[in-house]
Amino acid sequence: MRSIVRIASWLYALAVYGFIFLPVVVLVLFSLQATSFPIPPFTGPSLRWYEAVLSDTRLTSALVNSLLVASISSATAVTLGFLCAWGFARFVLPGSGLLRGLITLPLTVSYLIIGMGLLVLFNWAGVPKSLLAAGIGHVVINLPLCFAIIYSQMGDHQINIERAARDLGAPEWKVVLLITVPVMAPAIFAGFFLSMTFSWDEFVISFLLTRFDTTLPVEIWNLLRSGLNPKTNAIGSLVFAVSIVLVVLFELTLLRRRKT
Amino acid sequence: MSSTGNSGRVLPWALVTPALGWTVLFFVLPFIAMGFSSLTAHEGGGFTLSNYSQFFTNPSYWQAMVNSLQVTAIVTMVSVLLAYPFAWILAEQVPERWQRLALMLAVLPFWTSYVVRSYSWLLVLAQNGVINRALTGSGLISEPLQLANTRLATVTGFVHFFVMLLTLTIFANLKQLSPSYRKAAADLGAGPVRTFLHVVLPLTLPGIMVGAFLTFVLCIGDYITPQILGGNNELLMPQLVMMQIGRRGDFPLASALSIILMAVVTIAYLACARWLKIERA
Repeated sequence: MRSIVRIASWLYALAVYGFIFLPVVVLVLFSLQATSFPIPPFTGPSLRWYEAVLSDTRLTSALVNSLLVASISSATAVTLGFLCAWGFARFVLPGSGLLRGLITLPLTVSYLIIGMGLLVLFNWAGVPKSLLAAGIGHVVINLPLCFAIIYSQMGDHQINIERAARDLGAPEWKVVLLITVPVMAPAIFAGFFLSMTFSWDEFVISFLLTRFDTTLPVEIWNLLRSGLNPKTNAIGSLVFAVSIVLVVLFELTLLRRRKT
Repeated sequence: MSSTGNSGRVLPWALVTPALGWTVLFFVLPFIAMGFSSLTAHEGGGFTLSNYSQFFTNPSYWQAMVNSLQVTAIVTMVSVLLAYPFAWILAEQVPERWQRLALMLAVLPFWTSYVVRSYSWLLVLAQNGVINRALTGSGLISEPLQLANTRLATVTGFVHFFVMLLTLTIFANLKQLSPSYRKAAADLGAGPVRTFLHVVLPLTLPGIMVGAFLTFVLCIGDYITPQILGGNNELLMPQLVMMQIGRRGDFPLASALSIILMAVVTIAYLACARWLKIERA
């Protein structure tokens, strides 16, 4: 009986892993295709589609745009999130439960609706579609996340260090910069890298709020109109690689936190 | 907590106001703008309820909501049914020191680009894609099956994503469960099946509900997967919303449809509020 359960478990787990990995393996495999269609039979390996992607200025500039929007919007989100988390964790504010709820509210609304709302608002206010508009939307979706991560890691053990610094005459800004930020660094980095992965991958808000200069997911979307194409596989594999790097950084920063 | 007189009142607000301001300015205000917009006429302005009444009278709009709800319900159920045993195997059958690695592997494809993930399913499901080639090549079928551009394709793409998400949440839930519950049940004479049905499953139900709710919210609001994999054979709500903007520039109708979509999510939230609250406490 025990061994039957074991074997069945193994088979089941293998099947689910197979299901989960099937499209990714197909994607990466056919990005190495030598001929023009990403379909069987496999004719590779060849790096020609990676070369094609890297010499395509539309794609490379979209990639730069994406990295720019992701890093700046994440830095903004993590800064606002940190200050807010610090305020709520260290001071008693009237209605703070309600206000914290307001900050985390965007988490429960789909990106499409957040993008729609901004589109309507910007349209009325006469703000043109741009990377900046999309970046503002990215801060809206990532701010609650950064706030939640940092707020949850604001333990009581730092209060004493902060108080000691104050007793020794440090002004408030020095306490934040020299004590709280370094102590909270792992949570801050974790929030930053997680925001990066979300912003880097976000489609619908960027699609709605940008026009000429746009981000990589939107450019990939445009590429899809030309049908199945190994170039899309190559750019997809590259995006995957960048995301993995960001996730590893996220893991490392959180792991370091756990050990201390 | 701060002992520094005047700054004790000013500082905390200085800290929380930027984030609150951002949320009000770029989340609450847009939402209000959308609400106003949904009450205006597309041509010539003026207040009207026609955007909402259109939804209830135009059968194709109504059908989009029905399709969305059906697809979301199927996706949520299939994902939970697939993910629960998988999470259980990872938590119970895999040796402790391999668990982290096994879980990381299980959610690795999570981090492929959102657009690319749907596209790569197209490579698998297309007329001359991997599955059809394998089936015709092995002589099992003579004509390729129509897999892409169907509801099946949309559901497959969604389930792929949500199995990973639910595996994470259910795994965390199973690990939080104290082993003493199971021991107690075994001491009292319950077999493994009874222990699971009467102890483990009820205790992990809140986690499942949270995961299912998350699946519901993300699935019903998603545009990419149905657009890439489902083709235009049947419209889901997000596709309908995007169509109003893209083809007709009809912001008021798109706003009204978005608000209806959000109302449905709110109803779903209220329906599982009992479990969602337990998780929060």
